[in-house]
Amino acid sequence: MDGFVDALENIFSNPMRAFLTMLGVIIGVFSVVTLVSIGEGARKYVTDQFSGLGTNVLIITPGKSQTSGGAPMTGTSGTRALTADDARALAQRCPSLEFVSPVILGTAAIKTGNRLRDSTMVVGTTHEHQMIRNIYADVGSFLPKEEAQGNKRVCVLGRNVVKDIFPHGENPLGQYVRIGGTRFQVIGIMERKGYSLGFDIDGLVWIPLKAAEQLFDKDDLFEVLARARPGQLEQAKSEIRRVLMTRHDGYEDFTITSQAQMIESLAKILDVLTYAIAGIAAISLLVGGIGIMNIMLVTVGEKTREIGVRKAVGASRRDILWQFLVESLTISGVGGLIGVAVGVGLALLVHAVVPSLPVLIRPWTIAVSFSFALAVGLFFGVYPAKKAAELDPIEALRYE
Amino acid sequence: MSEDVLRLADVTKVYRTAAEEVHALRGVTMTVRRGEFLSIIGPSGSGKSTLLNLLGCLDTPTTGEYFLEDRPVHLLDDEGLASIRNSKIGFVFQNFNLLPRVSARKNVELPLVYSGFSRSERQRRAEEALRRVRLDHRVTHKPNELSGGEKQRVAIARALVTQPSILLADEPTGNLDSRVGEEIIRLLEELNTVQGATILLITHDLAIARRCRRTVEIRDGQILRDTAA
Repeated sequence: MDGFVDALENIFSNPMRAFLTMLGVIIGVFSVVTLVSIGEGARKYVTDQFSGLGTNVLIITPGKSQTSGGAPMTGTSGTRALTADDARALAQRCPSLEFVSPVILGTAAIKTGNRLRDSTMVVGTTHEHQMIRNIYADVGSFLPKEEAQGNKRVCVLGRNVVKDIFPHGENPLGQYVRIGGTRFQVIGIMERKGYSLGFDIDGLVWIPLKAAEQLFDKDDLFEVLARARPGQLEQAKSEIRRVLMTRHDGYEDFTITSQAQMIESLAKILDVLTYAIAGIAAISLLVGGIGIMNIMLVTVGEKTREIGVRKAVGASRRDILWQFLVESLTISGVGGLIGVAVGVGLALLVHAVVPSLPVLIRPWTIAVSFSFALAVGLFFGVYPAKKAAELDPIEALRYE
Repeated sequence: MSEDVLRLADVTKVYRTAAEEVHALRGVTMTVRRGEFLSIIGPSGSGKSTLLNLLGCLDTPTTGEYFLEDRPVHLLDDEGLASIRNSKIGFVFQNFNLLPRVSARKNVELPLVYSGFSRSERQRRAEEALRRVRLDHRVTHKPNELSGGEKQRVAIARALVTQPSILLADEPTGNLDSRVGEEIIRLLEELNTVQGATILLITHDLAIARRCRRTVEIRDGQILRDTAA
């Protein structure tokens, strides 16, 4: 403890030199803390988003994203759209699927009287959509089942849409709104959900599938969402593949993605990011360590006489070694603490300035980066400390 | 035998450089008794610094034996030498060799740090040692706030604080003017006569050497004359 206090006094007898020595470690530690906190924030955000989907959810999209070794698709037999009939076939012929929900996506202007909300995302879908996405109408009701939709012109509004087109707090239920020029009656309002999968859920409008086909004049689907019965995910995948390939002349011109796959592929991206950060950190800590070694060698040179005196009055090699190791550890430790403080501060600042950038400061981030700083101090402190410890007291005392 | 503080028996010291062998000491035999106040004199290059380094356990002899209070110094390793320097030897240097950034008391505490005393015990003993050299009013001063004579008295307090078997003073007045030098010599005499410290002084000042009851003269690595013999 005495050694630590002495080392602190020593280091701060020349604050500028101390600061410059620590700078490499400070930069290394604070960049790790800040970047990892942002990375962890992103990871948690992504994981939360997909976890909200539920582990049994499958997303079927048109087009093939992964080739599985079959003959290359050529000419007219290329990507075929997914249709509402495909979705119906899945619902009927895949026993391991609990729910199936076709999705048509478009944008339209929403109008009431004198209020207008431009380019609003409109989702054409069916009743099952809410069970699969796990979002429910908390006022009124959601869309009816497909067979009960008929030609009904009804809609369910997200909270932000309500706020924009009914700004005075009127009750929207039963009111009529114009979506892309067509009149729809409001039958429900969705619970507040924020962002999910990159969509502002609160800014969406839901209408029946048939109405969306007519509104956007297309019958190809954006995706089909499906939920497998518990424990039957793999079975569901093969059923979907079989049913759709039968309907698509034997071509697998669609992609089935599970939540686990999506989390996995995003996690891979985030892992690469983490390695990159670790690389940056390693380099700057290395540079910081060399800085510490450099200054410790200077210090040993400056203190040659002092080392001689200490040895003359009874300091052993181990005492001297320890004295200089404590000093380099103190430099790196104080640098590490400053780095942690700056890193945490910067991460919080980033989050305050850009709230949509999620930040997650984990205790292990701080612990690991601080430990690395100490390790650097120890590693690069050993050589100068050994040099000091090996000094011959007679020559050290004679040193001018 | 118990009266002997140290005993050198046919000690030699040879330095090997690439070009030649330097015989710094060529068979020195001497004994120092408890309570003695002796000086070692000799021209530069005579081997008296080498002798001091050996006596101070900063170095070991090439051949021969050195017993310090019956401990065979010539057989000790680095660790053992450090420990014996700490407990048995007190050094006083020509250029004081105080740590510049810390107070007089902290300087005096230094040897006690390496003997593992508690902070409060170190402070108590350091202040006691500073009283013995009559510097109790300068406890918190740093070396650059002290006069040359005061610095040397701090150094003497540091040498005394572990109650060593022998105090080795290497030209202790060499950096002081004659009046202050006289004060330091008087202080050493007082420590010897009143407090019974064993003191070995290295000097080339014959006037100082003459005041010691015993003078050992070194030339060419050998004892030329020993007034006690």
